Amino acid sequence: MDVYLPIANLSVNGFIIVGLGALTGVLSGMFGVGGGFLTTPLMIFYGIPPTVAAASAASQVTGASVSGVFAHTRRGGVDYQMGAVMVAGGIIGTGLGSLLFTVLEQLGQIDTVINILYVVLLGSIGGLMAKESILSIRAERSGIPIAARKRRHHPMVASLPMRWRFYRSGLYISPLAPLLLGIGTGILTMLMGIGGGFVLVPAMLYILGMSANVVVGTSLFQILFVTMATTMMHALTTHAVDIVLASLLLLGSVSGAQVGAQFAQKASPVKLRLILAIIVLLVAGRMALGLGYRPDEIYTVAPL
Amino acid sequence: MKVWFALLALFALTGARDPILVPEVSQHEVDLQQGFTGTELLLFGAVLTPEGSRAAQDYDIIVVLKGPTQSVVLREKQKVAGIWINAASTELRSAPSYYAIASSRPIADIVDDKTAAIYELGLRWLQLSPIGAIDPDEQARFSSGLVDLNRRNGLYREQERGVTVKEQVLYQARIELPSRVPTGMYTAETFAVSKGRVVASASSQVEVRKLGIERAIANFAENYGFAYGLLAVFVSVAMGWLAGRLFALI
Repeated sequence: MDVYLPIANLSVNGFIIVGLGALTGVLSGMFGVGGGFLTTPLMIFYGIPPTVAAASAASQVTGASVSGVFAHTRRGGVDYQMGAVMVAGGIIGTGLGSLLFTVLEQLGQIDTVINILYVVLLGSIGGLMAKESILSIRAERSGIPIAARKRRHHPMVASLPMRWRFYRSGLYISPLAPLLLGIGTGILTMLMGIGGGFVLVPAMLYILGMSANVVVGTSLFQILFVTMATTMMHALTTHAVDIVLASLLLLGSVSGAQVGAQFAQKASPVKLRLILAIIVLLVAGRMALGLGYRPDEIYTVAPL
Repeated sequence: MKVWFALLALFALTGARDPILVPEVSQHEVDLQQGFTGTELLLFGAVLTPEGSRAAQDYDIIVVLKGPTQSVVLREKQKVAGIWINAASTELRSAPSYYAIASSRPIADIVDDKTAAIYELGLRWLQLSPIGAIDPDEQARFSSGLVDLNRRNGLYREQERGVTVKEQVLYQARIELPSRVPTGMYTAETFAVSKGRVVASASSQVEVRKLGIERAIANFAENYGFAYGLLAVFVSVAMGWLAGRLFALI
């Protein structure tokens, strides 16, 4: 099935794009991440212009997180106050990200920056996840449980001025901390076309010290609104959102997400986390190789 | 009948000895829409003597299809500190967005370099108009880079012997347009060459455009960014919600 993409200006095989969406959808359903970290590089690999890929991936993440947010809302797993602060930060972040995007594009370094960000972020977070899940698998086997980590926010967070009570998260901290976190993920979303879930969740757990039962719901809540803002920002500035491409991706990912969620209920969470860590590390490794090897094509053209 | 009459009239008015080209393109509009995966244009026509009869000699025919020119930045990656990053760049004021040339024999056998350069016959001779002072070596490196890049994309093509001439009268060439072909007004030029001299040339136009819903979407995205963004957000939320609902039923 050939589909002509009106914004990307080329024709693609629709089934491949739907399949790509389904693959990331299954991942997002299984692991609770948006899956943008896979979609964007794979689309670029398939030949879709990087800007269009990043811009359209954001709307795919929106679609994939909608049903998650509903599910977590029903069971009270969203801290709206915390979520609102982070969404505010996220929207500021998309604005900053868009400025950064323009500057880097003019310098011709956007692709390199995106690649390096991917390698560093995916590499470090994938590494952390792998280490943690291997430790817990070992602990399970040997029967000696790991000492539970004390839930506490980072000392730097405590030094920030002004404190608010976040009841559902069980925190009394400065709203500047989640605001800054929101800004950071907003920038990443704008630049990389990812939702930032895999950055947010560990940051919320270990930096903010939020209680675990609201972490995933609140991060999905933030991702939902920030990817919406990203789509708007791209539609207004880069004009690179391809609605046909996004719809195809969505078709795959929203159904994939449901299938993935079914899987997740049956598998052990620790093993799931190890699998995710391996996938993340593979993507990071592939991108690192891409930076180091001589590319097939060393020339690129951009309109003046 | 009309054509013959026009040719006769032309002969009567000019009395030139140079042959006359009557070119035609299989389609004057290429529509980019659903199902478009690239297409093939047939550029064909006839070479006639001014009297309107068959040319009694062999002419070499060169056909060039050229897309609108653009101002572009061409960047070159170099290895810096172990990674490949864009390290050098040049600005080109008139890079053709599409360029295909077909000829009845290799260009180098038909015309000399000077003529080829004047008429831009061949990828080597594209007038890219770089901005600013650039030394010739660097300029050559960049233009071959651009040519190489666009050849791989299928946007620059060279077909030696891509033109067939039948009975010294009819010629035809097939030129492929890939699915990523840029929109705009294209010119199809035909040159008849004899003894290294371009003796006749004629051109016609081909418009490559988006049509129907594709055009509507592209216009919408370009001119009404805010509404388009809202639509994209709405589509994604609706699809996510709907999928959740549907799967809840199963």
